[in-house]
This record gives sequence, structure tokens and C-alpha cells, in this order.
Amino acid sequence: MALLRTILLRLVTTAVTLLGVAVIVFVVIRVVPGNPIAMMLPPGATGEDIARLTALYGLDKSILQQFLIWGAGVLQGDFGTSITARQPVLAMVLARLPATLELSTFALLMAVLAGGAAALTGTRLRETKVEGGIDIAGGMALSVPDFLWGLVLILLFGVLVPVFHISGRVTPSLDLPFITNFYLFESLVRLRLDLTLDLVSHMFLPALSLAIPLAAIIAQLLKQSLKETMHLDYVTLARTQGYSEASVIWREALPNAVLPTLTLVGVQFTFLIGGTVIIERVFSYEGLGNMAIDAVINRDLPLIQGIVILFAVLFTGVNLVVDLMYATLNPRLRHG
Amino acid sequence: MADGRAQVRRRAGLRLWLAGGWLALLVLVAIFAPLLAPKDPLEQDLFAGRLPPFWLTGGALLGTDSLGRDVLSRIIYGSRIALTVAIVSGVITCLIGAGLGLLAGFWRGWVDVLVSRFIDIWMAFPPVLFSILLIAVIGPGLFSIIIAIVVIDWTRFARVVRAEAMAQGAMDYVASARVAGRGRMGTMLREILPNVLPIIVVLLTLEMGIAVIVEAILSFVNLSISTDDPTWGGMISEGRASIHQAWWVLVFPLVTLFLTVLSFSQLGEGLKDRFDPVLR
Repeated sequence: MALLRTILLRLVTTAVTLLGVAVIVFVVIRVVPGNPIAMMLPPGATGEDIARLTALYGLDKSILQQFLIWGAGVLQGDFGTSITARQPVLAMVLARLPATLELSTFALLMAVLAGGAAALTGTRLRETKVEGGIDIAGGMALSVPDFLWGLVLILLFGVLVPVFHISGRVTPSLDLPFITNFYLFESLVRLRLDLTLDLVSHMFLPALSLAIPLAAIIAQLLKQSLKETMHLDYVTLARTQGYSEASVIWREALPNAVLPTLTLVGVQFTFLIGGTVIIERVFSYEGLGNMAIDAVINRDLPLIQGIVILFAVLFTGVNLVVDLMYATLNPRLRHG
Repeated sequence: MADGRAQVRRRAGLRLWLAGGWLALLVLVAIFAPLLAPKDPLEQDLFAGRLPPFWLTGGALLGTDSLGRDVLSRIIYGSRIALTVAIVSGVITCLIGAGLGLLAGFWRGWVDVLVSRFIDIWMAFPPVLFSILLIAVIGPGLFSIIIAIVVIDWTRFARVVRAEAMAQGAMDYVASARVAGRGRMGTMLREILPNVLPIIVVLLTLEMGIAVIVEAILSFVNLSISTDDPTWGGMISEGRASIHQAWWVLVFPLVTLFLTVLSFSQLGEGLKDRFDPVLR
């Protein structure tokens, strides 16, 4: 019962947060001083043309009216029409979303693997030079954000030792047989491993730049909880039964230490998704973030709105899932 | 244990000195930019475009960009913009965010409900997208960047200071101050504030590093100051575009930015250790 109430409460607060985001974005972009309609028309356009087009996009009504019309459309799955591309916003955004989802999932995987490996190694070799080295590397990784790591990686592995691609999502000359925009996933399903390789070699550096700070956070927290767990009685008991140190860490300590890290990974994953905006720009990766920056530069109001709302849905959705996962996994909350 | 603590303290000390040293150097460079810069950072020389750095044949100083502008001079002048943004937006963000956090955490009630609600909404925005959006709305320029950083980052202070003020508010010394006849406002400013001040200083240092990054990101997408003005982010953006022809246009501003951001965050972390009573 308590769990159900927690879930319902979280759903309500999530809805309120999303409404808040929608209102703020809507109001903020409508105080734009420049007229986006005037920018769309050729220089010779008359005032009458501008007025007609303004009415067409509904920009002549009051902000409240515009919000209600837009909100009613959104509830029916209609996010309006992009001013620059003259296509439905929802279709444009959904076409780009898979690219961003694949990039962030790939980055998350890298971060979990690298961070987990560093934490386990650090625990196994605790109080040695190796642990010190891991701590220093982690501190460095955390001190500098993804944007700078991206540029550093471009220099190192795109120019100095050119082993990866530094622009785009896939080599443009390749013939793609895909029916969805989940290229990486589909290439795996279709067993077109040549395409998988090309996609990964494009995705590797942007994903790595997103993963570096997160890997450091995971390593830090997981190592700390592992080391705390290693002092508990049941771990000592397992050790006296003759299990090796490595298998004690892996089989006894890890399952017990992983919960706090899991919650943190969830929250940090939203930051990682937020980071895709600039990382996609740095690597000219054809995702949602890159499209968002173009939309802002072109003042494409309906498109900006759609993208920001979608990002907010992703953020709050991830947080919701993490909270629910925590509530179901943590026995203290489940029976509370 | 005592040895370990001494070791941590020594390492933290070295870190503080290195980070502080770089930042102090940067402040001096920014102040004396006109004396230090070998060339005018805006002067174009199309016949001397993309000259390599001095150790390569035909090189000059740290090289020139595609318009023949001197990279070293632009980095030197760029430090003025970076540090102005860091200090001004850092301090304003700190005042607003810490103020709201203090009120929310100590006064509780409707102020807390309101501030917490806003923090939740803010957390649902991708910060980079939010800042780009704000700049597009207010228009580019130094002033807009500062406003954008304040609007987006106040929650960083508010969240931490609120939690800290709440924890402090529950302590005995606060109750005794109230019993001794101190008013609520007085308790907040005289008792709570001094105790949360160390964490505010740490956050402020970290925020300055973030501000430098935000400015660089905005210049990178050409939404900062006019593209002529020397900004590290703008130089990096040009360097990224011409990376295969002139790597030095990217490398030198990138290294400067990297060291600056690293220094701010190491300074913040070092101060955090310094203020930590367990380590002390």
C-alpha cells in the first residue's frame, strides 16, 4: 500500500514538474524580441504578408490563448509545425531521438563498465599505489566536464592518432538498409557487423567524453561502499570459509554495495543526457541536441518547445524509474 | 591513521598551491593584457593566415588563425572575458542561490515549498540547452551570458545550502540562541550563516569554473560575444572547424581553458578538504 502511494505521489509531482517546464519554456521563448516570422520571409515581404503568416502560426493571439491551443494539441500528440523545416515537430523530434538515445545508452554502458572495473580493482588492491592512482585519475576525470574531454579526445584519437571518426553518426557514402532510426541496434539485429563497426567508430569518442565524468563518479561511490562492506561480519565469515579475496568482493560485497551506486547512476544519467546537447555539436552528431542548437539559432519556436519538453520528459522519466526501482529494491522502503 | 591524514593534507596543500598559482597568474595576465599581448588581438593579416607556432618553420609565436590573428594575443585577451564572467556571475549566483537556500532551509514553510518546487522544475531542464535558449532570447553579449548563468545555476547553491541550513537549524546551539533571545533573522544571519559559509565558499569556487565552461560553450556555438572578440570558446570553435589544417588554433586555447577549469575545481576540492573538520 505504502509503495502504491509513493508511486502515485511521484507521478503527480512529475506531472506538475512537466507542466512547470512547459509554462516556463513557453513564456521564455515568447519574449524573444526578434520576430521569427519576419526572418522566414524574403526581404521584399510586405507587412500584410507578415501578418498573414503570423496568424497562420497563431502568434497573433495572447500568450495564454497560445498556450491553451498548444497544450490541447500536445495532449493529442500534435506539437505544432516547425517554422524552418515546415514539418510536424513530433515527427522531426522522434526521427532524431533514437540517435541521442543510442549515444547516451552507449555512454552509460561505457561508464558503468569502466567505473565498475575501477572500483573493483581499487577495492581488490586497496591501500596500494594502484588505488592511489585510480583515485587521482578519478579526481582528474571529475574536474573537467564532458565538453572539454570531447575536444581533448578529438585531438588525441581523431588527429594525433586517427583511429576514430570525429564527425557524424555514420559514413555518408554507406548504403543503409535500416527501417528504424535505431541504426546501431538494427545493425546488430540484422547482423550487418560492418555497419555496426562504422557506427561504433563514429559513436565511440562522443560516448567516451560523456562517460568519463560519470565513470569517475561510479568508481568513487562504488569503491567507497565496497570498502565499507568489506568490514562487515558476513564478509569476514566468507573469507574464513576459504573464498579468495576476489570472489569475496565479487560474490559477497558487490551485491550488497551496489544499491546506493544504482540510485546515483540514475540521477547522473540525466546529466549525461543533458550533456549530449553540446557533445553532439562538438562531434557533428545528428541527434536531438544538435537539432536543438540549430532550432535556437534559427528561432524555430515550435521546434524548440518540442525538444525541450521531450528532454524534460526524458529527465523526469529517468528519475521516476530510479525512484521506483529504489522503492522496490530497498526492503526498508518496501515494508515501511 | 595520523600518517594518512598528514599525507592527504600535504597532497591537498600542493593541489591548492598549483591551482591557486595558475589562477593568480591568469588574473595578472588579464589585468596587464595590453602590456603582455605581443599583437593586437583583433588585427587581421590575410597574408599571414594559419602560420604555425614558432618552433615550426615559418612560425610566429603560437601561430595565427585563418584571418591571420595572433593566437597568443587572443588567448591573453580572452582571459579578461573568461575571468569577468567567472567572478561576476559566480558572485551573483552565489548571493541569490545561497540566500534562497538559507531562507528555504531555515524558515521552511511556504518559502521552502516554493523554492523546492522551482528547484525540481529547474532540474528537469538540460542546462546547456537552457542556457542556449536564454541567450537566444536575451540576445548575445557579456551581460546576457552572466544573466543566463545566474538564472540556470542558482539551484546549485540553493540545494546544498538549504540542506545544510536545515541540518544546522536542528542543532542545539540554534535552540539556545533562540532561548537567549535572538530573533529568527538574527539567528539565521549570526548563527546559521557562519556555519554554512565554508560550504558556500567551496561552491562559489566550483561555480566560477562552471561559469568559465558555460561561457566557452556559448562562444563555441557562436552565441556569446561578437565573433571578432577574443574568447577561448570562439577560438576553440574555429580550431575545431580547421583541425586538419591548423591544429594550433584548437590546442592552445583548449589547454588554457582546461588548466583554468581544472584549477577552479581543484581549488574548490582542496578548500573542501581544508574545511573538513575530520581531516583537519
